[in-house]
Amino acid sequence: MGDILVLAEHRQGALRDVSFEMMAIAPALAADMGGEVKVLLIGSGLDEMAKKMAAFGSKVLLIDDPLFENFNAKKYQKVLSALIDDLKPALLLTGHTSQGVDFMPSLAVEKGLPLVAEAISLEYKDNTLKATRQLYSGKVNATVAFKPSDTYLVTLREGVVEPPDAADGGNVENIDSPLKEEIPDRSFVEYIEAEVGDVDITQSDILVAVGRGLKEDKNLPVIEELAKAIKADIAGSRAATDAGWIPHDRQVGTSGKAVKPKLYIAMGISGAFQHVAGMKGAKTVVAINKDPEAPIFAVADYAIVDDMFKIVPKLTEKLKELKG
Amino acid sequence: MKMFVCIKYVPDTSEAEVKVNPDGVSVDSSRFSFDINDADNYAVEESVLIKEAGEGDITVLSIGPKQSDVMIRMAMAKGCDQAIRVEDDRIASHDPLMVAKVLAGAIKGQEFDLVLTGCMAGDDGHMSTGVALAEELGVNHASMVKKVEVLDGKVKAHRELEGGLLEVVELELPAVLTIQTGINEPRYAPIRGIRAAQKKELKVASLDDIGVDPVAVGPDASMVILEQLYIPEVESSAEFIEGEAEEKADKLASILVKGGLV
Repeated sequence: MGDILVLAEHRQGALRDVSFEMMAIAPALAADMGGEVKVLLIGSGLDEMAKKMAAFGSKVLLIDDPLFENFNAKKYQKVLSALIDDLKPALLLTGHTSQGVDFMPSLAVEKGLPLVAEAISLEYKDNTLKATRQLYSGKVNATVAFKPSDTYLVTLREGVVEPPDAADGGNVENIDSPLKEEIPDRSFVEYIEAEVGDVDITQSDILVAVGRGLKEDKNLPVIEELAKAIKADIAGSRAATDAGWIPHDRQVGTSGKAVKPKLYIAMGISGAFQHVAGMKGAKTVVAINKDPEAPIFAVADYAIVDDMFKIVPKLTEKLKELKG
Repeated sequence: MKMFVCIKYVPDTSEAEVKVNPDGVSVDSSRFSFDINDADNYAVEESVLIKEAGEGDITVLSIGPKQSDVMIRMAMAKGCDQAIRVEDDRIASHDPLMVAKVLAGAIKGQEFDLVLTGCMAGDDGHMSTGVALAEELGVNHASMVKKVEVLDGKVKAHRELEGGLLEVVELELPAVLTIQTGINEPRYAPIRGIRAAQKKELKVASLDDIGVDPVAVGPDASMVILEQLYIPEVESSAEFIEGEAEEKADKLASILVKGGLV
C-alpha cells in the first residue's frame, strides 16, 4: 500500500493546469512510497478529460454523474471521504486552489487525518513523508514532517513544476458515485465573470505595477507621471487593488490577470507567489523594493534596492530627458 | 444575527527582512510591528456591516498574547460587542487543525448564525483554519468569500476563484465564511467607539476555561511536525543597479532607453 490518489481539477469544461502539474511529481513519489498513482475525476460529461489525464500513464477513476455538474465542496468531501475508506490511499493530493482549500481542511477534520496545505515539494524518505511549504509570503521556507498515518492529505501549490510528458499505461475506469443524492444545505447558484475595465492589461506592452509600498493613493501621481512618460499602463498587486488605489480589473496575479508585457516595472511589490504567477510571462522585469530579500528580485532582470519614492521621480525625469 | 469573528495578531513583514531564530522553528519577530491579519480586518468589517444592516451581536475571538488586546479593542471600537481571547502556550499553533479545535471549543455551547474569519493568515498562510473550524462545529462553510448576502435562514456567498471568476453558493445557516481581502473597505475606528470599547467585555480564557483538553490540541495530538524553518535562497540573475538613489535612477533610465525597452 502506498498509492497516491490525485484529484484532477477542472472548471467550466477545462482541466486546470495544476492537474497536469500534480502528475509531474506523483509517479516518482508513489514509487518511493511503494504504490502507484490513481487519478480521480469527478464531474459530468468528462470522457475527453479522462482520456487527457490517462495520457500521463496512470489509471483514471472517473465518477461521471450529473450530480457533479458544478463543483460543490460538500459533495466533494462526501465522495472523497468514502473513497479514502474504500481505496485507502497513502496520500490524497489536490491543488492548493479555490477548490482544494474549500474541502481539504474539513475532510481532514472529518477523517482525523493530517493535512499540509500549499506544499511546494514533497519527499518520502525513511518511511516519512515530508513537505516543504512557505511562510511570510515566501520569505521563509518550512520543512514539515508527517507523523505516521494511514492517509496523508496534501494540497500542492500551482505552478511549482512543469507538466510532464505523456506516458504509456494509462486507462480509464468508470466508478459509481458514493454520493447518490443532492445536498440541500449547500448549493451552486452561478458563476459571475470578472468585471471588464477600460484598459485590458493583458494586452499592454509596458506595465508599471505598484504594491503595498505605494502606502496611500495620494502617492499615485508619481507613478502616473512615470507611466505617462513611457506610455505604460498602470497595474497593481492584490494589496494595491484591495486598498482601492488601483481598479480591480488591473490586478496582476492568480486571482487577477496573467500579463505578458515587453516591460514590467514592479514597484513596492514584494513578489509573493500569487503575484509572480501573474507576471512571469513578462519579457523584461524591473523591480524596485526596499527589502533586499524581497522574492520579486528572483524574477527580475534589473533590480534596485531602495525606496521607490526616491527612485521613481528621478527615473521619470531622466527618461523624459533621454527620450527628448 | 449572532456572529463570531475570529482574528489573528500577525507581524507585518511586507517590507522587512525575516530572520530565523537559532531554535530553527521560529522567526525573530522582535523588530516587527504586529497588527490584525489583513483578511481578518475585512472579516471584522463585514460582520459590522451585517450587524448594521439588520441587528446583531458580534463576539471577537482570538488566540494570542496580551499585546493583542489592542487589536481586539480596535475591533470592538468598530462595532463588535464583546471578546474572548484564548491565551495558552500548550496549543500546537503551527497546525491549523489544532487551532480550529481551540476556536471551536470557545464557540461550542453558544448560539450563532455566522462565524467570519479571514481566508488566509499573512504569516503562515495555510488557508485552512476557517474551513476546519466549520467541520469542528458541524456547520456549512464557504471559503474565499468576496461578497455576502444574508437571506432568511440562508446566506449567499460569492467565492473568488482563480482569474477573478466568482462562484456563487447558497448555504443554510449557521455557517462559517472565510473572507477574502477587498470584500469591503475597512473603516477607521471612531473616537466614540474607541472610548466605548474600553467598557466592553474582553474575557481572557485558558484551554481549561473553554473546556478544551490541552493534550488534544498540543504537539502530541498534531500529526505534523514543524522540523525546520530556513530562508530560501533568492536565486536572482538580476543585474543589481548600485549607487546613490539618483545614480541608480539615471542608470536604469539609460538601460531602458538604450535597450529599446521604452
